[in-house]
Amino acid sequence: MADRFAPGDRVRTRAADPDGHTRLPRYARGAIGTVVERAGAHPLADERARGGAPDAHAVHHVRFAAADLFGAGDHAVVVELWEDYLEEAP
Amino acid sequence: MSGDHASSTISAQVRHVEALLESRGLLGAGEIDTRIDAFLAGGTPVNGARIAARAWTDPGFAGRLSVDANTAIRELGLSMAGGLQEQRLKVVANGPDEHGVDQHHVVVCTLCSCYPIALLGPSPSWYKSEAYRSRVVRDPRGVLREFGLELPAATSLTVWDASAESRYLVVPRRPDGTGGLTEEELAGLVTRNGLIGTAAV
Repeated sequence: MADRFAPGDRVRTRAADPDGHTRLPRYARGAIGTVVERAGAHPLADERARGGAPDAHAVHHVRFAAADLFGAGDHAVVVELWEDYLEEAP
Repeated sequence: MSGDHASSTISAQVRHVEALLESRGLLGAGEIDTRIDAFLAGGTPVNGARIAARAWTDPGFAGRLSVDANTAIRELGLSMAGGLQEQRLKVVANGPDEHGVDQHHVVVCTLCSCYPIALLGPSPSWYKSEAYRSRVVRDPRGVLREFGLELPAATSLTVWDASAESRYLVVPRRPDGTGGLTEEELAGLVTRNGLIGTAAV
């Protein structure tokens, strides 16, 4: 399956607080960042935790400005995120 | 999730599940310990230090490391394949980038405590603490200052948060005045905290 995102793409993370397990950290929800590179492909942890055996989905390193996550800070935070958590940023 | 739950409710639950699996013949007695021992075997910060020293002395290796670390570390006889599956390794290097801007990287796992055990051995307790995990993403300069590392304001700082199957390793900035040292002597300078990004070397 072709990746939905490529390095340099601006993406927005899902804002919803899902039931059960997720690997989208709370501090990175509803935030806009930039795809840095692909970080392999793995079964989505959210589905695996519910007992499923999902196919591998692309995972990306996504870079966020700290100010966009926390409203302060001059650093960047890179988080590994399944593309299931991402949508195109406007 | 907590940093230390040796005597907690979840620990008792884990022991109970382990006993059930053994009683039903799904798990051999001591099998978990055996697998953990196999996973930890050979894991030591000496491995990470060798990677850093090779990256300092061999630009070709440094380049291969930044593109595909899993393949590059095999040149040193190292591997991320010791667990149930090969973990992806991402290596990031401190020091000036192609534009001359000084970069510093620091590693965390905010959701749990993912860590490159094969290259660094078991993680230090502070790495697993809620304090480190929650604070370093928000205020890395403040946390690094508490480790005794004061970064210049002009240094660009990036925090790497593991949440899938990758593991991170930082190649520290090579100290000044080390031009005459051998690769082995250079490896001796590299500390575990340097490879996490909470110390200079």
